Amino acid sequence: MSAETPELTGDPGGVESGAAVSNSAPVSGPRRRAVSDPLFEYVLRLGDDRLVLGHRLSEWCGHGPILEEDIATANMALDLIGQSSSFLKLAGEVEAKGRDEDALAYFREAVEFRNCLLVEQPKGDFGYTMVRQFLFDVNSVLELEALSKCGHAQLAAIATKSLKEARYHVRHSSEWVVRLGDGTDESHRRVQQSLNEAWRFTDELFDHDDVDAAVASHGVVVDRDAIRSRWDAMVGDVLSRATLERPADGAMQRGGRIGRHSEHLGHLLATMQIVARSHPGATW
Amino acid sequence: MNRETAFAALQGVPDPEVPAISVVELGIVRDVQVTEGDAVTVTITPTYSGCPAMFEIEKDIRRALTAAGASRVEVRTVLSPAWTTDWIEPAAREKLRAYGIAPPGRAEQGGLITLTRRRLAVPCPFCGSHSTTLQSEFGSTACKAIHMCNACHQPFDEFKAI
Repeated sequence: MSAETPELTGDPGGVESGAAVSNSAPVSGPRRRAVSDPLFEYVLRLGDDRLVLGHRLSEWCGHGPILEEDIATANMALDLIGQSSSFLKLAGEVEAKGRDEDALAYFREAVEFRNCLLVEQPKGDFGYTMVRQFLFDVNSVLELEALSKCGHAQLAAIATKSLKEARYHVRHSSEWVVRLGDGTDESHRRVQQSLNEAWRFTDELFDHDDVDAAVASHGVVVDRDAIRSRWDAMVGDVLSRATLERPADGAMQRGGRIGRHSEHLGHLLATMQIVARSHPGATW
Repeated sequence: MNRETAFAALQGVPDPEVPAISVVELGIVRDVQVTEGDAVTVTITPTYSGCPAMFEIEKDIRRALTAAGASRVEVRTVLSPAWTTDWIEPAAREKLRAYGIAPPGRAEQGGLITLTRRRLAVPCPFCGSHSTTLQSEFGSTACKAIHMCNACHQPFDEFKAI
């Protein structure tokens, strides 16, 4: 790493945004909910991304490779779950059917979750966890930055608050990507492998569909193509410093935004929801 | 009961995780309103989104105000403006230092994120040495980082600037 303080910054120009495939494929299945309020859907996506990733990070609690990282991952998990709690509370208010953040977190089925596929993948080894976190964090910072200036006051407030946390998350995860990529042969090999595995889930981060178009009426306009350009530049910058190779854009996986998930989400929810479902209404 | 006595009561409510300073000094009490019949409405803002102490703080606020004579206490939570350590006054910073926690520096403004930023060394709260090393940006609570003093070899917490 250079002695200067290089900026983790994006160059909006000069990077071609990939062809975003829209999520227009219909979903069949008995549990597909009727089309709901687009703002509800939109806020759910934000909340679910952070809830599911927060849960994945929390799986390191007591299992971290070193004590400091055990604390760091649990700390970031707490931030993400806290953020999701704010988003889901707002989603419940938008929906206006009496569901609060707990009801939305613990009493929905996998097909009702709107998180992207990236966050639900198993935590893998520590390198995979950090690579996935990094790919998510860069997008999260850019997304929250845009939302903090949006016309929906409550959404902007949650985004402004969350952004402060996302900023130190991305610093932490990108430092680990550089440390592991530019580390030993073994760490380099494994983290490159993790990057290759996670890459197919990155395209979905920038998808935009009818839901995004519809929330513009609430003053919520996030330019996903612009975010993608900046994400590409920022990720590219860190990968080159980590001596890692940017994987080729192969067959990309998507579907989480409309409730089509990998099998991993169901297993995650089984663990996450069991106490609330076994003892509904319990408090302690 | 009036606004001043209510604030005075809240000055006696310590932060559960950093008991050296009160919830008022921490900057999370944003407003206090006292209405007819000693009903008090307190507006607070969370430090971190997932801060697990917020529930405790809410309970402590209720208890303190009830003991001070409030007939009814309502605690409201707001997210905007987002909490910043810049709201911690110099006197409270000194209390943190005396307690063994390095007080926060100036909060980072928005804009570009520096990846390998050169952080200013945090002075050791025990011996005052500027020869200290950051061990981890994540400490015993969401709001703290861990440092090591190279002079007195004492590990110490820093209240993170956000």
